[in-house]
Amino acid sequence: MIDVLDGGISTTVQDLGRFGHYHIGVPPSGAMDRFSHEVANALVGNEPDAATLEMTYAGADLRFDEECVVALAGAPMPARLDGEDVPMHEAVRVDAGQELETEFTTEGARTYLAVSGGVDVPEVMGSRSTYTLVGIGGHEGRTLEAGDALSTGENGASPDAVVGNSAPEAHLRDFGKGDALRIVVGLCDYRLTDESREELCDVGWTVTPEADRVGYRLEGPELEFVEREQPFGAGTDPSNVVDVGYPIGSIQLPQKPIVLMRDAVTGGGYATVGTVISADRDLLAQRRTHETVHFESVTVEEALDARRARREALDAIRDALER
Amino acid sequence: MSEARIERTELPEPRYEFGGDDHVFVELDRAMSFDANFRAMAITQQIAERDVEGVIEICPANASYMVRFDPDVVHPEAMVDELREIAAGTDISEYSWETRVVDVPVLFRDPWTHETLMEFRDRHQDPDATDLEYSARINGFETAEAFVDAFVGSPHMVTMVGFVPGLPWCFQMVPRSEQLEVPKYVQPRTATPSRAVGFGGAFSVVYPVQGAGGYQLYGRTPIEVLDVDQRLPDFRDSMVFPNPGDILNYRRIDRETYDAIREEVEEGTYEYAIEEVEFTPEAFFEAPHEYNEELTEVLAR
Repeated sequence: MIDVLDGGISTTVQDLGRFGHYHIGVPPSGAMDRFSHEVANALVGNEPDAATLEMTYAGADLRFDEECVVALAGAPMPARLDGEDVPMHEAVRVDAGQELETEFTTEGARTYLAVSGGVDVPEVMGSRSTYTLVGIGGHEGRTLEAGDALSTGENGASPDAVVGNSAPEAHLRDFGKGDALRIVVGLCDYRLTDESREELCDVGWTVTPEADRVGYRLEGPELEFVEREQPFGAGTDPSNVVDVGYPIGSIQLPQKPIVLMRDAVTGGGYATVGTVISADRDLLAQRRTHETVHFESVTVEEALDARRARREALDAIRDALER
Repeated sequence: MSEARIERTELPEPRYEFGGDDHVFVELDRAMSFDANFRAMAITQQIAERDVEGVIEICPANASYMVRFDPDVVHPEAMVDELREIAAGTDISEYSWETRVVDVPVLFRDPWTHETLMEFRDRHQDPDATDLEYSARINGFETAEAFVDAFVGSPHMVTMVGFVPGLPWCFQMVPRSEQLEVPKYVQPRTATPSRAVGFGGAFSVVYPVQGAGGYQLYGRTPIEVLDVDQRLPDFRDSMVFPNPGDILNYRRIDRETYDAIREEVEEGTYEYAIEEVEFTPEAFFEAPHEYNEELTEVLAR
C-alpha cells in the first residue's frame, strides 16, 4: 500500500490512456507527457502501460507500507526519501515505512512517479487513467487527497536488478522552452484569413493559467476569420462550424486558441485550425503558465520523422536499463 | 404538411484533412443535412465492420467524421486511401439500420435552468428575454409556447455523441423549411445544470453533467444520459445511454411528473420507454411527417 499524506496540487493516476470510446464522448485521458511516463515505468522494470502518478507543479507526500522500487521522471522535482535526496530519472529502493516528500517542480509542469508493479486501481473501460470530469478511473475518479491509500501490483522484476537504473541523459528530452511546437495546419483552417493563418506560426503565444489536462488556453493577438454566410446548423459566430470531432492536440479557436489535451471535449462547434503532432504533445504538457509557445508548421512526413525519433529515444533508454 | 418531403442534398467532394500524424478528419459538407449525417454514419459503420487495421477511434460527427489511427501500423496516406475506398462503396440509399426510439420527458421552463440562464444574461444576445422567448422570436413564433410545440412536435435524431461522455447532438427530423435554428451564447457559460435540454445551431442537446456550455437553455429532463455507476437498468452495457442514430422524442411534462420520474431514477428503478425500429432513410425522406408519426406511435403502444 501507498498512503497519501499530502496529495499536492493535482496528482492523478494515469496510464497510456482509454481508447475505443471517443464516439460516445469519452476522451483518451492518460499521461499528459507520455514520454516521461514511459521512462519512469522503464526505470522500475514496468511495462509502458503500467499506471503511474502524474504530479502537477507540486508533488505529493507518500508513505510506503512495503518494500518497492520507485522512479521519478519528467519535470525536475526536488524529492527526499526519509530525508535523503532522490535523484530524477533513477530507480530507487524504498523500504517498508519510508516516506517520500516532494516539492515544486523547478522547471516544467508534470513529474511522473512510477512504482514497481504499477499503481493498481481498477480498470474502467480498459484503462486505469483518471478522468475527473465525470469521475471515472484512477482512485475514485479524482485527484489524490491526504488519507487515500493505493495498492500496487507486481512486475516480476528483481529489485536488486533495477535499483540504480538510470536513464542516459543523452536520450532524455529537453523541455526546450525555446523550441517551437510542431503542428500540421489543416482541419478547418480555411476559416482563417491568410494573414491570421501566418500569424498563428509567427507570433509567440502565452500559456494562461487556464492550462490543464483538458486544454491549454493561449493568449496572443486576435485572429481573424474569413467572412462568410454561416452554413446551416453552424450557429452565427464566425468561429462556429457544424459540430465536428476534435483531434487530441488540435488547436480550436473560440477566439483565443485552446490546444486540446488528453481530457478534452471530444467534439464541438468551434473551428479547429491545426494539430500539435504526436511527438510534441509531451512537450506542450510541460509548458508552464506564463511561458511562451511558438508553433511551427510541418508536413505529415516531418511529423512521422519526429514520432520515429521520439520512439527511438524511448527504445534507447529501455535498452540501456537492467531488467 | 403531409406533402412535405426531405429534399436530398448534393454533397460536395469530401475534404480529407490530417489532424497531426495520427488523425484523419473528413468533412462531408460544411452545412448540416441528413444526407451528410447519414453518410457519416454509414461510412463509420463500414469502418467498424471492416475492422480496419491500425484504427483506434472512429468518431462520426454531424456532417463529418474523424478517425484516430496508429501511424506506426498504417501510414496516414494509406489510411486516407482506405477511407476513400470505403466511401466509394457506401451508398445511403441502400442503407438502413436498427435503431431505438426513446421517450425523453422534459420539464420546460424548469427552475434550475431558469436560474442559470438568468445568471448569465450578460453573455446572451438578448439579455431582456429568456432563452425560450428569444428563440421563439428569431424563429418567427408568436409565443414561447408555440416554439415548444414545434420543438416537441417531431422527434430528433442523435447525429453525434460527444463533447463530454453521453452528450447527444440531435437534429430534428423535419424538412429544412421547418428546422429551428438559434445561435449559441455570445460567450459560453461557465455553468449548466446536468440534464439541461439546450439548443444551438440546429441541434438540441441534453447536458450529461454540470459544466460549461453555450447552447440556449429550455428545460430539464429527469432522466439521465450518463450513469457512471451503471445503476439504472438501461445502462447495463454502457455508462452512456445515447448512440448515434437513436431517435429521441421529447415530451412535455409538468413538475409533478418530473418529480415522480426523478424519484424513480434516483432509486435506480426507472426504465426508459424504448422501441427498437428499423430506420430507412429513403422512406423517411419521402414522407417525413408520416414516418415520424409511425416512429413515435410505437412509444404510445
